[in-house]
Amino acid sequence: MHHFEFPPAQLPEDAQALRAEVRAFLAETIATRTPLERAQSWIGFDADFSRRMGERGWIAMTWPKAYGGHERTALHRYVVLEEMLAAGAPVAAHWIADRQSGPTLLRYGSAAQRADILPRIATGQCFFCIGMSEPGSGSDLAAARTRAEPVEGGYRVSGTKLWTTYAHEAHYMILLARTAPGERHEGLSQFLVDMKTPGITVRPIVDIAGAHHFNEVHFEDVFLPADSILGNPGDGWKQVMGELAFERSGPERFLSSFTLLKELVRVLADDPREAAQEAVGRLVAHLIVLRRLSTSVAGMLQAGQDPQLDAAVVKDLGALFEQEIPEIARRLVSGEPSLASTSSFLNVLAYTTLNAPSFSLRGGTREILRGIIARGLGLR
Amino acid sequence: MDDQNTDDLNSLVAQTASRLFGDHMTHALSAAAEEGAFPAGFWTAAEEAGLTLAMVPEAAGGVGLGAEGCAAIIRLAGAHAVPLPLAETMLANRLLVAGGRELGEGILTFAATSGSLSLRREGAGWRLSGVAARVPYGRNAQSLVVVGEEDGAGRLACVPLSAGTLTPGENIAREPRDDVAFDLLLEADAVTQSPFGPAEAERMGAAVRAIALAGALDTVLELTATYVGERVQFGRTLSKFQAVQQQVAILATQTAAAGGAAGLAAQALGEGLAFAPIAAAKVRAGEAAGIAAGIAHQMHGAMGFSYEHQLHFLTKRLWAWREEFGNEAVWSRRLGADVLRRGADDLWPFIAAA
Ligand SMILES: Cc1cc2nc3c(=O)[nH]c(=O)nc-3n(C[C@H](O)[C@H](O)[C@H](O)COP(=O)(O)OP(=O)(O)OC[C@H]3O[C@@H](n4cnc5c(N)ncnc54)[C@H](O)[C@@H]3O)c2cc1C
Repeated sequence: MHHFEFPPAQLPEDAQALRAEVRAFLAETIATRTPLERAQSWIGFDADFSRRMGERGWIAMTWPKAYGGHERTALHRYVVLEEMLAAGAPVAAHWIADRQSGPTLLRYGSAAQRADILPRIATGQCFFCIGMSEPGSGSDLAAARTRAEPVEGGYRVSGTKLWTTYAHEAHYMILLARTAPGERHEGLSQFLVDMKTPGITVRPIVDIAGAHHFNEVHFEDVFLPADSILGNPGDGWKQVMGELAFERSGPERFLSSFTLLKELVRVLADDPREAAQEAVGRLVAHLIVLRRLSTSVAGMLQAGQDPQLDAAVVKDLGALFEQEIPEIARRLVSGEPSLASTSSFLNVLAYTTLNAPSFSLRGGTREILRGIIARGLGLR
Repeated sequence: MDDQNTDDLNSLVAQTASRLFGDHMTHALSAAAEEGAFPAGFWTAAEEAGLTLAMVPEAAGGVGLGAEGCAAIIRLAGAHAVPLPLAETMLANRLLVAGGRELGEGILTFAATSGSLSLRREGAGWRLSGVAARVPYGRNAQSLVVVGEEDGAGRLACVPLSAGTLTPGENIAREPRDDVAFDLLLEADAVTQSPFGPAEAERMGAAVRAIALAGALDTVLELTATYVGERVQFGRTLSKFQAVQQQVAILATQTAAAGGAAGLAAQALGEGLAFAPIAAAKVRAGEAAGIAAGIAHQMHGAMGFSYEHQLHFLTKRLWAWREEFGNEAVWSRRLGADVLRRGADDLWPFIAAA
């Protein structure tokens, strides 16, 4: 049976100075951002903001200097991420590239791809999307049907990717496709895809809040040159699983509703009701403990361990917490949630309520995470 | 001591404690303790292993383990449902040494002034009066360390339990929690200054209970994962049913949360007893305890509801310890009041500093 240890992570000595630097930067750059805008958390897209973060050296923080990185620790990066999210900074543009596509390229990209693309990610000017899900392949990623057929000089790709966040803004996609018939996990490969390649069509999908973040991406006989394959043909499954570990451990997994908590504290102010104090205190207690667990995972990543199970635990607990906040907040303050409300609390409540269902879907559903945990416990 | 030595010593003591607890703990011992039989031999063995002096610096005659090592002992004691006042004696000794006193003899326990219990100057000396409520192992302890305050500064007295009138009580796990009434005139030098006041003493109590809860949860998870892997229904082990897998996974996440809480508590225990991490730890571990106990019993079926099974020694402690030194409601309210007083713009800095 796996024992969950979550050893304490010591933040580096200069973390305090870095934190102060980030706070000063945020106070200056996003001062006019409204609570409703801040509530978008890590799906707020602002290419200009990403470029400025790149200038400060806050993207690609842990990567080698040779690729435009800054060779800092995972915990330095953690400090920057959590400060960005707590402030509601619009980090979406570079988020996926920084978190998972860049690290995937670092491991599996060709020398030419690394030299060409990684420095552009680091400056906050090159954005990525994730091409995993399909109409018939959600939790069951191995059911992917998009085909990449070997042809003279490369591959010809046909199929449809679904729910692709910011495909309409991204320069590249990392695509999971089937290169050989084979059963399920076999025969899958990852590709680096330039989104301008002829034959790719991006169609918007509007979400329940009426917003356009994700898309359907259609590939019709798209030719990809041979060197666009990442890693070895057939290793796609293994690579994707590694990528998901990056996706599941960060502070974005429990800070998505933080702006609502902050606005709740603002409207309650010195509310004398014990029920209000108790509810807020409980949420803060959960948050302090989640942060402890999550920094511990960052520490394990820094130490070169593979904390997949621990990351699944943090993501499951984190999603519950994020989803609880609107349910608790609404009972403490009178008034009905509406995006059109002039009250910041009520419009942020509306935004967070509408987006909360996604917190336990994206990046692996609650049930899938619990299945992973159960396997770690030796139950399956 | 450098870090490496500290780590080595911590793991050595944890191994010693683990072996000691494993050797002594049996169903019969737990059952006898519930009926009021204090396991004196086990206590002596724990004392001889140095566990009761873990928090006291070497210079003062202790073991000087540091917070992490002490927390490891308390967590293991929780994991084994050890029916001994180990954490209480550890803390009482720490309080004594911090208050410039000699180490205590034998079993010690502690109480903070609050409610009707007061420690006040009277004439040239001090009067200790009122009831020390629900004192852990009051009937078994030789001395009670009383933490009071005067003008906001900590004051400490150490009195024999025999000087009070004891009314026995117990918690839901049937651990002794006795009310002890005092009306004593103490000499002037029987009360000394202490860096810790009643609020700090309560925080120490909350911290050790949060840590012990995490320990009990470690075992509850292990018992449950093992049980569902062995019990066969419908021709398969329960662990093959997805509904069961999902429940046990929730139990694991709650256990992990309590472990994180225990880590915060341990750190605060070693570094000045900060309010926020201890409050957060007691709230979170207490909440995990309730959820986990429910799942563990559900997964164990009727077997886990029988006295014969060992699960109840742990789940009853979960239900007991989450109440002691302030339950989730008490600490949430304090934490929430503090957060609301600081205001929205200080929320994140407050959390990031906890
Ligand atoms: C906001 C948002 C952004 C996203 N962005 C991207 C993106 O950029 N790129 C990308 O590739 N994908 C993206 N996704 C897709 C996401 O990865 C999938 O939604 C997720 O993997 C679940 O797949 P599904 O939606 O098809 O649900 P399904 O897999 O159909 O699941 C539906 C329900 O059934 C449950 N279920 C499924 N299988 C099992 C099982 N074996 N046991 C028990 N329960 C089960 C699930 O837990 C869920 O509750 C995004 C999703 C959202 C909501």
